[in-house]
Amino acid sequence: MITLGTAASSVAVGETARAEESEERKEFVGVLVDTTRCIGCRSCEMACAEAHGFPEPPTDDHILEHERQPSTTQWSVINRFMTTKGEVFAKRQCMHCAQPACASACLTKAMLKTEDGPVIWREDKCMGCRFCMISCPFDVPKFEYESPIPKIQKCNLCWERLQEGEQPACVEACPAEAIKFGKRKDLLEEAQALISKNPDDYVHHIYGETEAGGTSYLYLSAVPFEQIGFRTDLDPTPYPELSKDYLYAVPIVLTLWPAFLLALSNATKKEHEEPISNEQFPR
Amino acid sequence: MKNQSATNNSRDNGLSFPLIIAEARRFGRFLLSELKPKGRILTPFNVVAAVVLTVGAIVLILRFAKGLGASTNLSQDFPWGIWIGFDVITGVAFAGGAYVVTFMVYILRLEKYHPIVRMTVLNGFLAYVFYAGALLFDLGRPWNVINPIIGNSFGVSSVMFLVAWHFMLYMIAEFIEFSPAVAEWLGWKRVRKFLGGLTLGAVILGITLSTLHQSGLGALFLMAKSKIHPLWYTEFIPILFFVSSIFAGLSMVIIEGTISQKVFRHQISPASHASHDDIVLGLAKVCAGTMYVYFFLKLLVFLHGQQWTYINTPMGYWFLVEVIGFVLIPVRLFTQAARFRNLTLIRTAAILALIGIVLNRLNVSIIAYKWYALERYIPSWMEIAVTAAVVVAEILVLRWVVNRMPILRDSPAWAGEESYRPKKKRYLIKEGEEQTWVTNT
Repeated sequence: MITLGTAASSVAVGETARAEESEERKEFVGVLVDTTRCIGCRSCEMACAEAHGFPEPPTDDHILEHERQPSTTQWSVINRFMTTKGEVFAKRQCMHCAQPACASACLTKAMLKTEDGPVIWREDKCMGCRFCMISCPFDVPKFEYESPIPKIQKCNLCWERLQEGEQPACVEACPAEAIKFGKRKDLLEEAQALISKNPDDYVHHIYGETEAGGTSYLYLSAVPFEQIGFRTDLDPTPYPELSKDYLYAVPIVLTLWPAFLLALSNATKKEHEEPISNEQFPR
Repeated sequence: MKNQSATNNSRDNGLSFPLIIAEARRFGRFLLSELKPKGRILTPFNVVAAVVLTVGAIVLILRFAKGLGASTNLSQDFPWGIWIGFDVITGVAFAGGAYVVTFMVYILRLEKYHPIVRMTVLNGFLAYVFYAGALLFDLGRPWNVINPIIGNSFGVSSVMFLVAWHFMLYMIAEFIEFSPAVAEWLGWKRVRKFLGGLTLGAVILGITLSTLHQSGLGALFLMAKSKIHPLWYTEFIPILFFVSSIFAGLSMVIIEGTISQKVFRHQISPASHASHDDIVLGLAKVCAGTMYVYFFLKLLVFLHGQQWTYINTPMGYWFLVEVIGFVLIPVRLFTQAARFRNLTLIRTAAILALIGIVLNRLNVSIIAYKWYALERYIPSWMEIAVTAAVVVAEILVLRWVVNRMPILRDSPAWAGEESYRPKKKRYLIKEGEEQTWVTNT
C-alpha cells in the first residue's frame, strides 16, 4: 500500500511537469474583451443561453442595476459599472486559466484543461465535492443545489463549437466587436498594440495576462479594473503552485516516515523481547 | 467467557463435514445473540438517540430526493458548510488520538499507555467510518465516488485525491490494528495470532497516512489564498493542522476516557482503572508540549506575515479569542494541571483545547473563508440534525462493540499466551477511606 501511495504521488509530480511542457507545445485559444467597446446589448448572454440550451436570460434592463455573477443557468453575464469615466459594461464568465486551480483541485479530472485551452467539466467523472469552487480564484464554477443529480455549471468557451471549427457563440453574436476570439498569444500582442497606439484610452494593464498565472480571457479597460468588478489582489503565480510544495512533500513523507518509524520501533525494542502484543491489557 | 467455552469444544477438533455444519450453526446463533441489545432498551439516552437518528434519517431522505439546497444553507459563495467543516475536518482532527497513541505504544513502546490503545483505535476507526463517511451526504454526485478509486480518472494533482485515498487506506489500517479484538470476541485463535502479527505494520502505515491526511485537510485550503482572511491563511496551514491534530486527538482521548471509565466501569479491571489517572497525566504532558509548539508556530506565522495590522479589526479580535482563549489558556492549564496532578483541571484544559480546535477548523473552512462576503453561511437546523445523528450513530456502534469485544476489559486468557508479560506493577486504589494495592499479574 505504501508503494502504491508513493507511485500515486510520484505520478502527481510527473503529471504537473508534463502539463507544463504541453502548454509550451500548443498555443491556447483565448478571448480578448475590450470593455471600451461593449455597448451592454447583452446579445452575448442570449447567444450563450441558446448555444447551451439554457432558458432565455431576462431582457429587462433593470437587472443591470445589481452586479451579477454567472449562475447555474447563465454561464456568461454582462454587468454595468458606474466608473470615473462613465458607464462601462463588462462581461463575466470563466477566465479559462492557463493553469486552472479548479482542474488541479479535481480528484476525478472532471474539471479538465483541454489541450486547446478551454477548461471543461465532465458529467460522468464529477462526484460533486465542490473543491473546484473553493479553489477557483474567480469564483466561477456554480453548483446546482436544487437538483438531486446536480451538475457544475460554468462557461466551457463553447468547446463543442470549437471542435466544429466555429467560434464561441458570444463572440459570434457581438455586434460591437468588443469580444474577439483567437490564439491567446496573438490576442495578447493585439491588446498590447492597442494600448501603445491609444495610451490615453486604456489603463496600461491587460487583465488576465498575469492574473492567477495568466488566463485565456484577456480584458482591456479604460478605468482601473477594480472599478469594473475585478479582483486585482490575485497572485501572479499559477494557483496549482500554491499546493505544489505540499504535494512534493508527500512522496518524501511516504518513503521516509515508514523507514524511520520501523527503525525507531526496533531501537526501542528491549533485548530478548518477544513481539509486542496487541492484547488489551497485558497481564 | 461465552466465546471461550464455545471455541474450546470446536476449534481443536478435526474438521469433518457435519462438524463444519454444526460449527457454522453455532457461529450463526452466537452472532444472532450478540446482535441483540444488552441491558435495558428504554433508557433516556436510547430514547434521545432514537429521536435524533429518526430526524437525521428523514432529513437525509429529503437531501437525496431534492438536492443539497433543500436541506442545507450552502450557497454558491459557501460551497462547504458544517458537513465538511465540522463533520470531516474537525472530526478527523478529533480522531487523531489513534495515530498518536499507537505511536506511543507500538513505536516508542510506552507500555503505560497500553490499556487505552484499543479504545482509542476503535474510536478513531469509527470516527473515520462515520465522519469521513458523512462526506457522502455532502457529495453532490456520490455515485461517482468510486471514480478516483477504480482508476478511471486519477486526479493525482489534487490534494483531495490524496485525502480521499488516505482516508480509505487509513480506515483499513485502523481496522487491522483493531482486528485482534474482533478475533478474540469470535474466539478465532489462529486468526487472532495472524492478525496480531500485522499490528506493527498497520501502525507504521497508519501513522504515515495520518501525518499526510491530517496535514492534507489543511492543504485543501492552500488554493483558497484570495478567500481566507490573512490571519488564518498561511502556507503553513498543513503543518498547523498536523501539529494541532496531535493534541486535539489526545484531548479527545482524555475526555472519552473520562466518560468510558464511568459508563463502562464494570468492564474495567481494578488495575486498569487505577492506572488510568497516570495515563491521563502523561497525555496531558504530551498535550502541553505539542500545544506550546503549535502556539509558537502560530506566533511565528503571525510575526513572519507581519499580520499585526489586522489585529485591531473584528476578525483580529476573533483571532485573539481563538489563539489566546483556546490555545494559550488551555496550554497553561495543561502545564499547571500536570505539575500539580490535578485531573479535573486536565479535563477542563482538554475541553478548552477541543473547543479551540473546533474554532480553528471552522474559522479556516467557514468563518474566515470569504470573511468579506455580505451574506454569511449559517448552518440550517437540518444540517445540525444530520451532524447530531452521525455523532449519535457513532456512539451507539461504539457502545455495541465495547459491550461485546475486549476493548476495555482484559483479553481472554488464551490471547495472551504468546505475548510477553511486562514487569509486575502495583497500583494504589483509593475508594473513600480504604486503600488497597492491586498488582497486574
